[in-house]
Amino acid sequence: MAPAGLRERPFVKALLIAGAVGYVGLLLLLPLGAVLTEALKKGLDVWLAAISTPDARASIKLTLIVSAISVVLNTIFGIAAAWAIAKFDFPGKAPLIALIELPFSVSPVVSGLVFVLIFGAQGWLGPWLEAHDIHIIFALPGLVLATLFVTFPFVARQLIPLMTSQGRTDEEAALTLGASGWQTFWHVTLPNIRFALLYGVLLCNARAMGEFGAVSVVSGHIRGETNTMPLQVEALYNDYDFVAAFAVASLLTLLALVTLGLKTAIEWRHRDQLAAQH
Amino acid sequence: MPSRVRRSRLPGFGLSLGITILWLSLIVLIPISSVFVKSVSQGWGAFWAAAGSPRALAAYRLSFGAAAIAAAVNCVFGLLVAWVLVRYRFAGRRLLGALIDLPLALPTAVAGIALTAIYADTGPLGRLLEPLGLPIAYRPAGVVVALTFIGLPFVVRTVEPVLAEVSSEMEEAALTLGATRLQTFSKVILPTIAPTLATGFALAFARGAGEYGSVIFIAGNMPFKSEIAPLLIITQLEEYNYAGAAAIACVMLVISFAVLLLLNLLQHWQARRHG
Repeated sequence: MAPAGLRERPFVKALLIAGAVGYVGLLLLLPLGAVLTEALKKGLDVWLAAISTPDARASIKLTLIVSAISVVLNTIFGIAAAWAIAKFDFPGKAPLIALIELPFSVSPVVSGLVFVLIFGAQGWLGPWLEAHDIHIIFALPGLVLATLFVTFPFVARQLIPLMTSQGRTDEEAALTLGASGWQTFWHVTLPNIRFALLYGVLLCNARAMGEFGAVSVVSGHIRGETNTMPLQVEALYNDYDFVAAFAVASLLTLLALVTLGLKTAIEWRHRDQLAAQH
Repeated sequence: MPSRVRRSRLPGFGLSLGITILWLSLIVLIPISSVFVKSVSQGWGAFWAAAGSPRALAAYRLSFGAAAIAAAVNCVFGLLVAWVLVRYRFAGRRLLGALIDLPLALPTAVAGIALTAIYADTGPLGRLLEPLGLPIAYRPAGVVVALTFIGLPFVVRTVEPVLAEVSSEMEEAALTLGATRLQTFSKVILPTIAPTLATGFALAFARGAGEYGSVIFIAGNMPFKSEIAPLLIITQLEEYNYAGAAAIACVMLVISFAVLLLLNLLQHWQARRHG
């Protein structure tokens, strides 16, 4: 235990805790409460009706499709990138990692814009796509591309430091014992990284389902067709249909809370298997 | 420690690096380069006319200014929250810790409408603040509130691990030399964590400057007054002014990349300081 002079006096400590709890309560907890109370303002029946309209159901389905595709593709990419970067020595690793993390520092709106500039009606490939009747912008492929961009670094960035710290002795032992490359990956590497992988996938999925700015640019806002759940929230809100907007928003809030709960559970139980060991 | 001299005997190098570079190029690098190419496609004159128009300048000022204010607020309160989480044990500490990441998990549009509901003049806080002459919603103050919400985890999560590692020996030495607790904090602890705090500031600032979803509902979106830069990009796109949208995006990208570069230098400096 630290000597008395290294600790704050009890009332100072109580004051600091109260300040921190007050700040977080006011800034974070209050909006959380606002979503749930606004959504249930007119009762459970109205809430249920609001989330089961055809447009709301279509937006839920679209969100699930877009996030499923994006998460699977970026998980495959993340594992490949971490395998190359962590298990081999080659020049230019640091810039490569910086480029992988680049989407984190790009505005969501710009993340959507880039695909409009390429595939939009007046984009590079616009005329060619139109001539061949291929729809990317204002359609599912555009939503997937924008989501892929914003969720690009999540899995890779979780795995790279962990796999680098684990080194390659385990894999080399497996190979020496006669395992094939894939066997080594499935039976040695994957069990070593499973919690970090789960963690990365969880965060990737939360962002994919909740993304707003990037998909807003490429969606075209066609109700029942190209509106994901966050876009449906905006559409309902702009119609002054606040209860319905908050009802759909409450589903997304539930997703956020489940994500936070799982994330925290992994952090508590498997902290040692999550980050690079010092 | 893996051997650094011995070459890796593992298979799959070509395949995994190939996938990495191909996917990175297709999803990130080529799309981003399209912004730079498109922005100057109609000449430098047109580029500056779009990127440097009074309306665009007002939008940058709001986006970057509000992001800086919000990041500064979070440096103060984020440090307080990190301090409490690292140093004290109290009921609800774990819940508080888990809650910090809410802004990263909650979809930004949801945060946007929730904050608007709270700070509009009919909301629980707006109702209290409005009579005091402190209206928040539908003006630049609303942008600052939204960006403060978004930025908190960046500061707390950056400062936490470093604060946990500040050596108690240094604090003991300060105590032995007769420093008060406050002096120890301002002369020993604060200088040690200053670079980390700066990193947290830069992360929150970079995120806030590009933020869209949580802001547009509460901002008011009046050109020259409460219009953020990402919204102006969308407005340009809706008018089919692709080059103009790209020019503004280009300015935002260059500033974000400059912040990112500064951040890397800062982390490099930190790593050297900590040996």
